[in-house]
Amino acid sequence: MIKKEMIAMLLAGGQGSRLGVLTSKVAKPAVAFGGKYRIIDFPLSNCINSGVDTVGVLTQYQPLRLNTHIGIGIPWDLDRNIGGVTVLPPYEKSTNSEWYTGTANAIYQNLDYMESFNPEYVLILSGDHIYKMDYEVMLDFHKEKGAEVTIAVMPVPMEEAKRFGIMITDSDRKITDFEEKPDNPRSNLASMGIYIFNWKTLKEALLVNSEKPGLDFGKHIIPYCHKKGDPLYAYEFNGYWKDVGTLSSYWEANMELIDIVPEFNLYEEYWKIYTRSEILPPQYLAGDSVVERSIIGEGSDIYGKVYNSVIGCGVTIGKDTVVRDSIIMNNTVIGNGCELNKVIAAENAVIKDQVKLGVGEEAPNETDPQIYNNGIVTIGEKSVIPEGVSVGKNTCIFGVTSREDYADGHLAGGKTLIKAGDEH
Amino acid sequence: MRAIGIILAGGNSYRMKELSRKRAVCAMPIAGSYRSIDFALSNMTNSHIQKVAVFTQYNARSLNEHLNSSKWWDFGRKQGGLYVFTPAVTAESNFWYRGTADAIAQNLSFLKSSHEPYVVIASGDGVYKLDYNKVLEYHIEKKADITVVCKDMGEGTNVERFGAIKMNEESRIEDFEEKPVVAKSGTISCGIYVVRRRMLIEMIEKCAEEDRYDFVKDILIRYKNMKKIYGYKIKEYWRNIASVEDYFNTNMDFLKAETRDYFFRQYPDIYSKVDDLPPAKYNPGSQVKNSLISSGCIINGTVEDSVIFKTAYVGNNCYIKNSIILNDVYIGDNTHIENCIVESRDTIRANSYYTGTDGIKIVVERNDRYVI
Repeated sequence: MIKKEMIAMLLAGGQGSRLGVLTSKVAKPAVAFGGKYRIIDFPLSNCINSGVDTVGVLTQYQPLRLNTHIGIGIPWDLDRNIGGVTVLPPYEKSTNSEWYTGTANAIYQNLDYMESFNPEYVLILSGDHIYKMDYEVMLDFHKEKGAEVTIAVMPVPMEEAKRFGIMITDSDRKITDFEEKPDNPRSNLASMGIYIFNWKTLKEALLVNSEKPGLDFGKHIIPYCHKKGDPLYAYEFNGYWKDVGTLSSYWEANMELIDIVPEFNLYEEYWKIYTRSEILPPQYLAGDSVVERSIIGEGSDIYGKVYNSVIGCGVTIGKDTVVRDSIIMNNTVIGNGCELNKVIAAENAVIKDQVKLGVGEEAPNETDPQIYNNGIVTIGEKSVIPEGVSVGKNTCIFGVTSREDYADGHLAGGKTLIKAGDEH
Repeated sequence: MRAIGIILAGGNSYRMKELSRKRAVCAMPIAGSYRSIDFALSNMTNSHIQKVAVFTQYNARSLNEHLNSSKWWDFGRKQGGLYVFTPAVTAESNFWYRGTADAIAQNLSFLKSSHEPYVVIASGDGVYKLDYNKVLEYHIEKKADITVVCKDMGEGTNVERFGAIKMNEESRIEDFEEKPVVAKSGTISCGIYVVRRRMLIEMIEKCAEEDRYDFVKDILIRYKNMKKIYGYKIKEYWRNIASVEDYFNTNMDFLKAETRDYFFRQYPDIYSKVDDLPPAKYNPGSQVKNSLISSGCIINGTVEDSVIFKTAYVGNNCYIKNSIILNDVYIGDNTHIENCIVESRDTIRANSYYTGTDGIKIVVERNDRYVI
């Protein structure tokens, strides 16, 4: 008989539209992070490091990259005879076929999957945070308190509390009330979107509420359990936890990795983060190269100068090119004599010779100022930037562009250049 | 599946000096991220050979550790797979492997229970890429009994530590000298053979009856007139790492763009065990010129013309030139290392000075390491 004490359900279906063109072809959990990783590597590694060996990954938006990355779970040791990792996309049913309409709806549609493991507890995770957390300790807390639901929370500065779902607890960490993005928060304990449910409680709550449109944990399931009088507890987490939901926070979280002793340390033996490595060879730094305060992934060839940057695997940086404060993802090729300032270049982009990115004065982005800001130049995957052009700040380029797309060889600050075509 | 594979990985080499003290030659780290046996294993899997035996004896633990999972080379299969054979006491034998032919003889059931018609035998200490199917096709076309892969080392190369081969214009091997003092030809055997499985069983059984144990001496050389032994010449990169100089030069070859391109960028790939290390990190003050740096390294000082293996730490104000730093080495501040091979897991104290004046110096330093 199959029996798993705790299984995890990892919500990885979201688009993450605030990451702009970075998520135009991939789901947010599949976006590269920290040179060689993808965001989903963090919760997946946490699972296996916590002894959770059964993980259902719920996908919906642009799942190809996610599917190939996860495969049968070999990098995380999640290729198991019983359990392991299973990708769970929405599927057609004899009646009421629908997409995943909300976080809890996605879980509801996979009741059969969870049932097959006969679990005691179900851990709900989201695939878009950077952190290291031992879910087993959280489970111990859950058992010790006799909780039906435990919500992981994180103390945040009071002035930022209004951006989060806030939990109000008594001295025993029992949740007495909660507020979603309150104007005047009564507590600074923000929900991290990580829940442990007793399986029976979760199942019942999902079945009772299944008809609600856009069934959501924060909006429907947690309030339902609270109203019913189930004991809800808040598990306080004090480690590093970073939401990388916007381009600015994504850029900052990457840059924190290059500090001399980073707060989020990937170099510890304990609690390793696993990822699929397709590229194995070492990186080559040529005779004229300069690399300072940067991290670089496997198989990259550096002929130019790199300062304060995060460089992925298989990247080529040409001669006399200067890269500063930038994030360059896997297999991007940068030509000779370029200048890159605060650029986020997605995978497989090609930047030809003598290109200058992130030059001139800042101007607010014309189409999406709330996405493209802070002076960042964002380049979508497989984009091509022709030789000799210059590009201003707060810009976004996606698609195969040619010289004609740049008036006088220049893309002014704040412009968005998206080339429609087969690629889009 | 036309062939099964055998990788001979049992040997030790005194020419490797201190480097083989704790590991088999086939487990020697190569090019920052690999071990020498990865090349033979990757060639096998890239040639669609699915059933491979590795014969290991000397310091087998190092190799067993590397081969603890066969999935990295795609040998985790129901059909075939990776078999590691160390000598064992059995009803028939309580000997170590007394030679390469004896190693095969002691595991003859592996050959007997297979049904593939051919066997590819390769040594585990070569650094090369080769599609064994091409050799196999040549073998069939020539109607050869045994085919030996060989390479012209060019005029004037010292071939005394190899097997020297003399072929006629039809590529049939006329003469084979093992480690000759004065070689008659500059063509050497790469230690890669193709032979029909049934013929191999026959010859190995005969050898065992006569108490002969060496594949080269007792099979190739003894049978060279009786059997049709052909040479298959390769022109591509091939090195073996039987001595410290070879080992050093082979690693340094990877600083050349064409070698890296050939092995790392061109199809097919070389596979190795994945270590799940973070990207290499360059702190302020680091200066790296013409060097290979592997994942998990943290560089604070100067590195020139060197190959740095995984998880090495180079302290502030260090100067490392023309050296090989093996896995997991800690180098304290202000250290000078030149023309050296630093053994893996070494801890070098701050302010140390090592330089190889005539030839390559092997540094073995076992100091206590204090890491925060």
